[in-house]
Amino acid sequence: MRRTALSALLSHWRRHPLQLVSVLLGLALATALWSGVQAINTEARASYARAAGILAQDRLERLQPADGQRFPQEVYVSLRRAGWAVTPVVEGRVFHDGHGVIVLGVDPLTAPRGAMPGAVRAGGDFATFLGPPGLGYAAPRTIAEMEGAEGLPPLSPAPDMVPGVVMMDVGVAQRLLRAEGQMDRLLLSPDQPKGHAPLETVAPELERHPPQAEVDAAQLSGSFHLNLTAFGFLSFAVGLFIVHSAIGLAFEQRRPLFRTLRALGLPVKTLVGLLAAEVVLLALLAGLAGVGLGYAIAAVLLPDVAASLRGLYGAVVPGSLTLRPEWWLGGLAMALAGALGAAGQSLWRLWRLPLLAPAQPRAWARASARGLARQGALAILLALGALAAGLWGRGIVAGFVLLGAMLLAAALALPGVLALLLAGAERVSRRVLTHWFWADTRQQLPGLSLALMALLLALSANIGVGTMVSSFRLTFTGWLDQRLASEFYATARTREEARALHDWLLPRSDAVLPIWHIEGPVLGQRVEIYGVADHRTYPDHWPILTGEPDLWQSLAKGQGALINEQMWRRGAVKLGDRLTLPGGAGRRIVGVYSDYGNPRGQVIIGVDDLVALYPEVDRRRFAVRIDPARLSALRKDLIREFGLPEDNMIDQARVKEISLKVFERTFAVTAALNVLTMGVAGFAMFTSLLTLSTLRLPQLAPVWALGLTRRRLAWLELLRAALLAVLTMAVALPVGVLLAWVLLTVINVAAFGWRLPMFLFPGDWLWLSGLALLAGALAAAWPAWRLARIAPSGLLKVFADER
Amino acid sequence: MLELCDIEKSYIGGTGRVPVLRGVSLRVGPGETVALTGESGSGKSTLLHLCAGLDLPDAGALCLQGRDISQTDDSTRARLRRGTVGLVFQQFNLIPSLDVAANLAFQARLAGRHDPAWQATLAVRLGLDGLLDRYPEQLSGGQQQRVAIGRTLAAKPALILADEPTGNLDEETGDAVLELMLALVAETGAGLLMVTHSPRLAARLGRRAHLKGGRLD
Repeated sequence: MRRTALSALLSHWRRHPLQLVSVLLGLALATALWSGVQAINTEARASYARAAGILAQDRLERLQPADGQRFPQEVYVSLRRAGWAVTPVVEGRVFHDGHGVIVLGVDPLTAPRGAMPGAVRAGGDFATFLGPPGLGYAAPRTIAEMEGAEGLPPLSPAPDMVPGVVMMDVGVAQRLLRAEGQMDRLLLSPDQPKGHAPLETVAPELERHPPQAEVDAAQLSGSFHLNLTAFGFLSFAVGLFIVHSAIGLAFEQRRPLFRTLRALGLPVKTLVGLLAAEVVLLALLAGLAGVGLGYAIAAVLLPDVAASLRGLYGAVVPGSLTLRPEWWLGGLAMALAGALGAAGQSLWRLWRLPLLAPAQPRAWARASARGLARQGALAILLALGALAAGLWGRGIVAGFVLLGAMLLAAALALPGVLALLLAGAERVSRRVLTHWFWADTRQQLPGLSLALMALLLALSANIGVGTMVSSFRLTFTGWLDQRLASEFYATARTREEARALHDWLLPRSDAVLPIWHIEGPVLGQRVEIYGVADHRTYPDHWPILTGEPDLWQSLAKGQGALINEQMWRRGAVKLGDRLTLPGGAGRRIVGVYSDYGNPRGQVIIGVDDLVALYPEVDRRRFAVRIDPARLSALRKDLIREFGLPEDNMIDQARVKEISLKVFERTFAVTAALNVLTMGVAGFAMFTSLLTLSTLRLPQLAPVWALGLTRRRLAWLELLRAALLAVLTMAVALPVGVLLAWVLLTVINVAAFGWRLPMFLFPGDWLWLSGLALLAGALAAAWPAWRLARIAPSGLLKVFADER
Repeated sequence: MLELCDIEKSYIGGTGRVPVLRGVSLRVGPGETVALTGESGSGKSTLLHLCAGLDLPDAGALCLQGRDISQTDDSTRARLRRGTVGLVFQQFNLIPSLDVAANLAFQARLAGRHDPAWQATLAVRLGLDGLLDRYPEQLSGGQQQRVAIGRTLAAKPALILADEPTGNLDEETGDAVLELMLALVAETGAGLLMVTHSPRLAARLGRRAHLKGGRLD
């Protein structure tokens, strides 16, 4: 019985292959975008976990000074002598040809068992590893990137190493990082011998810290991944509109068959079960295709994401994908859940359908005022929910609740809004054809509403994200112009060279400004503390958001500190508060400055103050104020006089170029997802119109019979689709602007810690309107072409079929 | 007004070309009412569709008001349908998105001959004056067919082609609707060619033409 019934049910798809393609492709696209984003996130998380797992730092406690600065090697020696089982770590960054790597200096002899990478353990060539020039282990890709880098020891490939990290002997690393006789931290072995002297006695300057479960990058980039997930989910939702529409139509068209099967003795339970099995089968087929497609999308996008993560957060994520079971199983599960969710309403309706209910398909494509009202009421409820989240919600999750509720409310309200607009147009139209056109368009709304809702979501997202990115770009460019006031930046190789460089540059430039900084804990987070010179460059250019009138004098006197917007917006401190710097010194907060593109907190104090507080501060970097026309000569002179490598010199234009490149790559993924979502929405519109075109014939045939040509009707169909797309764009515009406002004032502040001014770009909207018009017209082109070319007998069938 | 000479028409079926009409000749003059009868599949509807210019014959001449429409293009035939012919279908084929008043006016306005006074008269005569703001889905079958007839008559066509206009109605309603249609056709002086299965209804028209095996008896 089941077999026969299933065969009858499946025969529908044989007769309606287009619907089958709609369901499969819709679900596959939805799954693809979702699983593509998840693949990227999974890869990044795995990479963070591997980074945290280097040297087993995710499992081992560590000893470090309270101010986070380096400490003398003698402290380590004292601890070992006192019986402590500790192993030293020196860490720093080395740059080459636009790539930066983390140099990790370790001692393989004292490292806990299993903490060293496999290649180091298996290689066992300790003599080469320890003795000059030493040996570094790194991922093969990292070795390729660092080829020709000065100062690095020979590198050996270690496939299990995290990309972007080079591991070497602590002594070699100390020399490379100019940290001779210094260490960053000590890792505590879990098996500590009993009876050793207490830490306070042997090394009072060190504190005991718990294992680092996550690397900094994982914490910092959480918001970035949440953004990606939100976009992936939006794309998934847009794709589900197609599936819901196609499955709904297939159910409606099979109502007579359902009644017949039930009348012939098939229990409703079995019927629903068979249909659910059919949905599961479709979902699995489409899910597999979607996961495959998602893999391809992720593979294309991952290099950009990896570059963004590296540029923004210093997180190193490989640019290639690994096929992880949790990811593709998750993709399949989403496809199943999405398909069952999309079919749920239809299955429920069938479950409750009385046996003697009319077998004719319901007025599937007919407007139902009650349905619109219900949808409108739900839209109002969601809009109120969004308002509540906006007024009382805090943090990024509340921000996304606000966004989700707002977008869903707009989508649900769209058919009602369009129906009102079309009814108004119908009322004021005078010509008979125009009157029919509006009335007929209104009648098509329910059949097209899901596709139009998908288009609304895609357009709103496009406007919102586009406005945010463009606003960001405009602000960021202006901010770069302000902040990068100095024309040239040079980094000496040693402290001595730095002193000589400074003295040499002074008479040959307008000013030489130190760019010296340390890193350390402030307000519980690791931040950068910079020192600035008492020079006009800063009051003239520095982008101050708020501050006391004499803030630069306060800095010069060693009394005040500036903090960046990120620290300020986290809300822990405000202007006038006293800020405790690493080591315990306190400074009054006298101003806040904007610091786009930096996810971390940052503090600025006077440079003399910095040197006094942290005498060991790295003093090798300078900004040089100079006439740009003399830059080329200066560069040549520096190479001639000091032999300074090209990597140690950079001019303002190049810094701006790099910064803007990082910026563009950061939003390249968003832009790509935007385009893909638009594509899915366009496809939703196409499948809806194509499906409806077969249902349209009974409505169009009488009009044709009454004296309109097929060609004219086809043009009107084309015009109708384009018009609905443009009207949807008109509704999407305020929604998109609101979305941009939420992104700029809520999401960005929560995710990155900075708030940007919003700029409007009507030119972009005009372009997008044209795109929407084109999408509508293209989606309708094929059905319209078919209508224009249909043989009269095809239309006459409408009259004959009804007999 | 309508003159068919040796009309031939065939369709491609599963077993090859299937001839439907084999040299049909027929004439319908102004004010003349002709019943077209025949068994199912005899080609009645095909003939009617050819007369309306909805399809083209394979051979023969089909003259409407002296013009051979088998030699005209799609736009011309569409113009003829708008201006000269009125069609009444068995399934009414009203425009679902328009209310009764707009449906009644639809063809007259397309033809550029909208006469609100005549439409109002028709609405009263057809018993539709209380239903003008309703939509087709809110009407009974008999009411819908009266709207379809009203739509055709409101345009005052020279020729009315009706394809079993009462076939979907019960006998009593069908009789009443036909009575009304014949009375109004007589008033406007239009020619009427009506397809019907019913000998009883055919007998009420001026002349009867019977199709058998693709030929008129």
